[in-house]
Amino acid sequence: MIKKTATLRNRYLDSVFLMQVARRMAASPGIHDASALLGTDANKAVLAGMGYGALDVGPNDLVVALEGEPLAVEAVAADLEAWLAPGVPGAAPAPRTLEEALRSRAADIAVVSVPGAHAAREARAALAAGLHVFLFSSNVSLEDEVSLKLDARDRGLIVMGPDCGTAYLAGAGLGFTNAVRRGPIGLVGSTGTGMQEFACLVHRAGSGISHGIGTGGRDLCDAVAGASTLAGIDALEADPATQIIVVLSKPPGAAATAKLAERLQSCTKPVMQCLLGGKDTLDGAVARTLREVGVEVPTFLRPGVSPRVTGLRPEQRHVRGLFAGGTLCYQAQAIFGQAGLTVHSNAPLHGMPALEVPEQSVGHTFLDMGAESFVEGRPHPMIDGAQRRRRLERELGDPSVAVVLLDFILGTLSSADPVGEVLDILPKGLCVAASVCGTEGDAQGLERQVRALEGAGVRVFPTAAQAAYFCRDVALTLREGS
Amino acid sequence: MNTALVDLLQGRPVFVNIGVRAFGESLQAAGFEVVQVDWTPPAGGDPRLAALLEDLL
Repeated sequence: MIKKTATLRNRYLDSVFLMQVARRMAASPGIHDASALLGTDANKAVLAGMGYGALDVGPNDLVVALEGEPLAVEAVAADLEAWLAPGVPGAAPAPRTLEEALRSRAADIAVVSVPGAHAAREARAALAAGLHVFLFSSNVSLEDEVSLKLDARDRGLIVMGPDCGTAYLAGAGLGFTNAVRRGPIGLVGSTGTGMQEFACLVHRAGSGISHGIGTGGRDLCDAVAGASTLAGIDALEADPATQIIVVLSKPPGAAATAKLAERLQSCTKPVMQCLLGGKDTLDGAVARTLREVGVEVPTFLRPGVSPRVTGLRPEQRHVRGLFAGGTLCYQAQAIFGQAGLTVHSNAPLHGMPALEVPEQSVGHTFLDMGAESFVEGRPHPMIDGAQRRRRLERELGDPSVAVVLLDFILGTLSSADPVGEVLDILPKGLCVAASVCGTEGDAQGLERQVRALEGAGVRVFPTAAQAAYFCRDVALTLREGS
Repeated sequence: MNTALVDLLQGRPVFVNIGVRAFGESLQAAGFEVVQVDWTPPAGGDPRLAALLEDLL
């Protein structure tokens, strides 16, 4: 068995594609493990930890790290270009720029997911060409966001993002989406996994979504003043398929709140606001919305009494939440906060302490594993749960942990088997609470994923908020007992 | 009123995908038309140099 790295200087391929390449390599005979990564500092640290030593590479260089039988490793390393060739062999080369692409075909929307440093340029070029923009990229400055959204407004276009994870437009799912039916409820949301959870719960209740317009997490801060939220409300108000408009967001800034309130007053359709970070929860907002459109609220949306946890050792004091969905991490913090519980987080809710070292949990800790520090140059944890698995292993080894809280997000682009990524390390003796965001129509299958968790002894709740309520109740019991 | 967005919601949008290839592939799998751009960082990945070059051109 040998370990070998091969480097291609100044070679960019997206992290999702590289993950797929690495999986193909690892599945070939004689290869035991393979990684294909851009040479960011975080990735170099990962490779060093895997025993590949200190590599002299930069963030624009592509590194392939291989472990396996000598002949197999050498064969893959000698043929990297073939392994890394995107698309169908022999197909016409794809255009290299937006301008080239638009020469071959007129289009309506640019889906932009290039690294943040380059994203504003691509978005600006798309707007200039008359395209709406779905801007998945994060790490775009607030200044660029404001200028892009002003430009879009002047051109009668919309920028969904930056850092926009999800949208449903005219039946097309952009980014991370689930198989949900179309229906009378129109969404405008600054929260990606919030929109996913909301849409899935609506679907499971028997109703559906007309469109879901993502806005990016900062849209309702005062600097941006809800530019995309307001454009989305305008469009859904004019859309004949939309009966009710739901605005999902974290608490807006003061000026944005005033602007939004003024707009909602003049809206000719009913509007439901779900402001996460306080008392509102996604499942509660779904129940209210269903009543508005005359759909019976199913029993799974009514939280029951939390089951009691028994048999904890005295040293088991803490809840540790490892979230793939940032909004679900935020919502869980709000649920703890409402009960007067303190949670440390790498993405803290207002008033909660920031985790000083994200790698080290303290007390009750909720981690957004999709935060920038965890995903630089690597796929999001919804796509590849390897990082969350490593963190979960560490938390499970901490004797102070009483309960672990997990979310599993199914749907397009998500891992083919998110539960399967952690199933073998879930201990029988420790209380693990989880929710699964998805539908039966998702490729991963909601029921299959839930059954696998239940088979491993995990307490599975029908909504993310209910899983957090359960953990809150355990934490309150622990506090009373101290 | 953002009439372009209202029209977009009534029609069948066509997409240009710049970046993560899987985004375009999932739209294509759902039956939507997608033009994939084979994007690479301009100016060898230096955004400042890229901006300078853009200004010159």
